[in-house]
Order: sequence, then structure tokens, then C-alpha cells
Amino acid sequence: MNMKVEQQYITLFKESRDLLDNNSAPVMNKYRQEAFDNFERLGFPSKKVEEYKYTPVSKYFEQEYGLNLSRLDIPSKPRDLFSCDVPGMDSIQAFLVNDLFHQEAVKGLPKGVLLGSLKELAETHPELVEKYYAKIANHSKDAIVSFNTAFAQDGLLLYVPKNTIIEQPIQLINLLRSDVDLMSNRRILIVLEEGAQAKVLICNHTIDQVNFIQTGVTEVFVGANAQLDFYELEETHTQTVRFNNLTVHQQADSNVLLNNMTLHNGVTRNSTEVVLKGKGAHIDCHGMAVEDQNQHVDNTTLIDHTVAHCTSNELFKYVLDDHSVGAFTGMILVRPDAQQTNSQQTNRALCVTRDAKMYARPQLEIYADDVRCGHGATVGQLDETALFYMQARGISEREARLLLMFAFVNEVIDTISIDALKERLHTLVEQRFRGEVQKCSECSICK
Amino acid sequence: MLKIKDLHANVDGHEILKGINLEIKKGETHAIMGPNGSGKSTLGNVLVGNPNYEVTQGSVEYLGKNLLELDPEARSCEGLFLSFQYPVEIPGVSMTKFMRAALNQHRTYKGLEPLSASDFLKLVKEKREMVKLDSKLLSRSVNEGFSGGEKKRNEIFQMAVLEPTLAIMDETDSGLDIDALRIVADGVNQLSSPERSQIIITHYQRLLDYIKPDFVHVLLGGRIVKSGGPELALELESRGYDWIKQEGGK
Repeated sequence: MNMKVEQQYITLFKESRDLLDNNSAPVMNKYRQEAFDNFERLGFPSKKVEEYKYTPVSKYFEQEYGLNLSRLDIPSKPRDLFSCDVPGMDSIQAFLVNDLFHQEAVKGLPKGVLLGSLKELAETHPELVEKYYAKIANHSKDAIVSFNTAFAQDGLLLYVPKNTIIEQPIQLINLLRSDVDLMSNRRILIVLEEGAQAKVLICNHTIDQVNFIQTGVTEVFVGANAQLDFYELEETHTQTVRFNNLTVHQQADSNVLLNNMTLHNGVTRNSTEVVLKGKGAHIDCHGMAVEDQNQHVDNTTLIDHTVAHCTSNELFKYVLDDHSVGAFTGMILVRPDAQQTNSQQTNRALCVTRDAKMYARPQLEIYADDVRCGHGATVGQLDETALFYMQARGISEREARLLLMFAFVNEVIDTISIDALKERLHTLVEQRFRGEVQKCSECSICK
Repeated sequence: MLKIKDLHANVDGHEILKGINLEIKKGETHAIMGPNGSGKSTLGNVLVGNPNYEVTQGSVEYLGKNLLELDPEARSCEGLFLSFQYPVEIPGVSMTKFMRAALNQHRTYKGLEPLSASDFLKLVKEKREMVKLDSKLLSRSVNEGFSGGEKKRNEIFQMAVLEPTLAIMDETDSGLDIDALRIVADGVNQLSSPERSQIIITHYQRLLDYIKPDFVHVLLGGRIVKSGGPELALELESRGYDWIKQEGGK
């Protein structure tokens, strides 16, 4: 294997091992070497690796980025930089600057809930983090996960004890902020014990006009009867590259809603793996991408039905303008024991121009005989008869197109369970389609 | 108001209209009748600028303008309206959003300010009651899940909101029961005025019992082969179209 691109990171790791360890927690350091060995063995995935067929990896790691391994405080006051809350959404806010948890007391949490720096909580609650950290994100198989596990030093931990309900949504604002080209390796761990409930929204933004690359690994444990709504919203600039791996394990009768929305970006690959481990678990796995210019969004999902009586519903929509590229690979795996599975997968894409490209790969692997699995994938243009009908009522072609595009992605937005966020998304998407500056109205840096 | 001269039009390369001549003056109601495939719907679609229909010859003058040069949306804003034979479903676009976009584009075209949300709702309520359209339908997506009758009533509702100068009703009566037919006809009649004109495209005399035409034309093989007063419709009802065919379209 030609490891030219990898070599600089191999050298970096070997030279900076102490720096990495000294600025992280023992629980995280424990997996570093093993993950690094895996990365050295795997190398960055080439196009021959099935899951990475549509998103080249190594070319984005070729260029040199700074890494903040000694955890220097990058001067920033997130609250001043970013007052971009969702209007009307009464949320508990926390900030990550790159992969560093911003130290600020988080208020309004029920008793027993932990929300804060993964590194620090791994030091103060080692048994808890030990139990979950690097347990489900597979660093022996996926090179991005091994890379992240080798280099990650901090991130966020959310722990919700048994039967605890957090009413307010938790909004984690991840700002990418740097004066030089920067790489960050973010780590998030979310644990909901039995019967717990939480809503989490992660907003990803870029602050500076430099090149950013971020790997992200998010591990989510959802206990029996627990309920999690997990939204990830990306509004980054076109010089941003993000490789995101999310793994969710669900116990019996748990209910999870995932929604991954890319409103503006450079290159993004979201890998989502959901393992339904307990009977009666339900997952709604949704996503959308609005792209133009040369933007690239790849959503690769695996819904793994391991036991009987679980249900899954997938809905992904793309609107592709200019030369943008969309990819969707959706695998539904129904294992021999997963009888009475009910599973639906839908992927629809609108190519607004002839130059936009969509790759859609729905995949079903079914080893049980009493299941209901449906899937549909379409790539198309706007409905010409609907366009004409609107024009015949006086609506300009441009406006009619906007209304149809808006209607198209609304199906995904309307599944959002937080009303204020839903409203905000309606506005943001409309502004996006109208080509208005893709920034939030209250944001100080945009003014 | 409308002057059609020697209008020829193709659909998918087949000539459907083979030289239509028709003049409509302010305040007049014209009925266009004829058997299936004679070109009635094509005429309506050509007038509102459906891109699937290609005009190959002839001219259409509307309010002194060359109608064929205008975009469909400009034709609408100029007061032309087609009540579609098969109204289109638009999933995800609510009736309210759709109508508000349409009305405000009409107003912008005329140099007026967009209507405020409350004024718009007031107007919608008034027009909706006129055609007895269930208020629930307005929060739904355009025509989605509407019954056949609701779709037709929705067309007349849109017409009532946009107040066209020239309205073309393409088989608005088809698929309506007698009560719905009366409601639709009442709506149309309430909208008629000495300043406005109507073209009623229909198979049957039935609708003409409620909406009285000034002129009746018979369209056959892409041409208007016979014109007359309201009595022609009654004659067609009792005798069918064959006798006209036999007359050889004089």
C-alpha cells in the first residue's frame, strides 16, 4: 500500500505520543496505541473500500494542518463569537471550540446528569467512561475511527441516569476556530440509562476562513425504554472537510430519532451505524442535504436488526444544485433472529442541474423470513406539471421551483420534534434556496 | 378582448388545432363544445401557455397584446385563468402558501403591495365560503387527497381569489354531482361581470343550464365548424354531433 499520505500522521503520532497522552485522560489514552496500529495497518480508505466508494479520503489529508495537541487555549469567547441560538428554543447550551470543551458552567441540568468535557469527566468518573468509551465505534475496521481514536484528546460526555428526563433540548455548538489551517479530532459519548430521555442538537459552524478538517466519532448508548432525539446540523464553509462516524446501540423498547442535516458545507461524510439490540427498539434515521457549488455530502448508514420485533424508518433527501455531489448508501441488515422486523428506507434526490450528481445505493441483507422491509430510491428533477400549474396561477418559474424544492425537503424537517428548531429550519432552508447569505440573523460575526 | 386567428398547434408532433378563429368581447360567455379529441382542451392549454403544446401558426391577441409571447405566469397576471380539467397535486406545498404566492405575484405585477397575512386570510375566508370549500383543505397540500369534486371546487376558489378577466373552464363540470355542479356554477356566475369574459369548455349541455352562454361553438377535428346561440347547445344535446359531421363542417 502506498502510505505516503499516512506517513506524516504516523510520524506525528510517534513524535507526539507524550503530548497526546499528557493532555488527555488515561481512559482515552488506553486505546491510543491499539487504534494507531490499526490505522497503520488499514491506511486511509481508498475508493476500493466499499463504504468509501463515493468519498475519497486521503486527498483531504494530504495537505498540512495544524493540530492543537498541547491543548493551547485558542483565544475565543464562544458566546461573543456566536449568539446564534435558535429563536424561541429554550435550550441548555454548551460549546466545543474545535474539539475542546469550552469551560463554562452548564446550568439547568437535573440531578445526576453529567454534561461536560469528556477528558475531565474521564478523570473524575473513570469507571463510567471506561465502561463505554471506544466500546462500539469499531477502530479495528474503519480507518477514520482508528485515526480518531489514536488522536482524540477531548470532546463531550453526556450521561443521563436512570429514569431521568431532561426536558430542555441540549444544544452543543461546535465552532471551528483557528488562525491557521487546522485539524481536530472530536469525540462524543452519550449514555442514556434505562428510561432516560434527552434531546440533543449539535450545531457545526466555522468561524475563520481557513481550511478545516475534522474527524468525529460519536458513541451513543440508549438503555431500555430510553428515548433520544439527536440532531446534527452542519452550516460550515466550503473549505471544511468533515468525516463523522456515529454509532448507536439501542436496548429493548428504546426510541431514537436521528436527523443529520447538511445546510452548507465543503466535503462531508456521515457514517451512521445503528444496532438494535433489544426487542421493541425503534429508530427513525433521517437526513437531508442542501448543496450547491462543488459541495459533497455522503451519508452511509447501517441499520442492524439483531433481535426480533424492532422497527426502523429511514428517510434521506438531497437537493443538488450546480456541480454538487450527493451519495447515499443505506444498508439494512436483518439477522436470523430478527423476526417480525419492520423496516422502511426511503432516499430521494433532486438534481436541479445536469451537472449535479447523485449516487444512491439502497442495500438489504435479510436472513430472517418473517419480516417486512421496503426501500425506495429516486433521483429526479422537479415535477414539470406541478411547475406549470403554479406558473399558470401567476407564480414565477423561479418562485415555483423554490416552493417545490422547499416542499421536497420539508418532509424531513417536519419530523423534527423541537418546534422552535423546526421553524428555524424552515427559515434557514428557504434562505438557502433563495441564495441569501447562509448565516444566522443573530450571529455577531455575520453582521 | 381575445382575438384568435388561424391558430394551429401540435402536441408531440401531431397537429391538433388546425386553424381556429374566434373572437371574444368584453362581458361575453362563450361555450365550446365538441366530442372527445376534437381539440377543446388543447385550445385551453395553448391559451395559458402550457409548454407541452406547440403553436405552429396563427396569432392570439389578448387585451391588445400578443398573448403567445407572454410566459404562463405573465398571462395569469394579465388576467387569464384556466380551470384545469385535471388539477395537479403538489405534495408539500400547502394551499395557503400556494394561493398567497400566486396572489402576491399578481399584486406585484400590478404594482401593488403584497397583502398582509390578516387581509389575505380574510379574503380567503370570503372566497372559500363562496364555493363552499372546506377550510381544512386550505391547510393541506395543493389538491393532495382532494376528491374529484373538491379539486374542481378548488379551481373555482382559486379563480375567485385571482379574479381573472378571461376565465376558461375546461370541463369543470365533469365528475361533479348535481349539487357540486350548482355550487361551481353559482361561483362562476357571481364572478361574472360586464368587464369579464368566460370560455366554457364542455361535453354536455348540463353546465349550460346554470351558466348561460351568449355563443356556442362546435369544435370538430381541430376547427370551429359551427357557431350559434344558446339554442345550438340544446340541439347538440338532443341530436349529438353526427349531424354536424355530416354537414361537413360548414
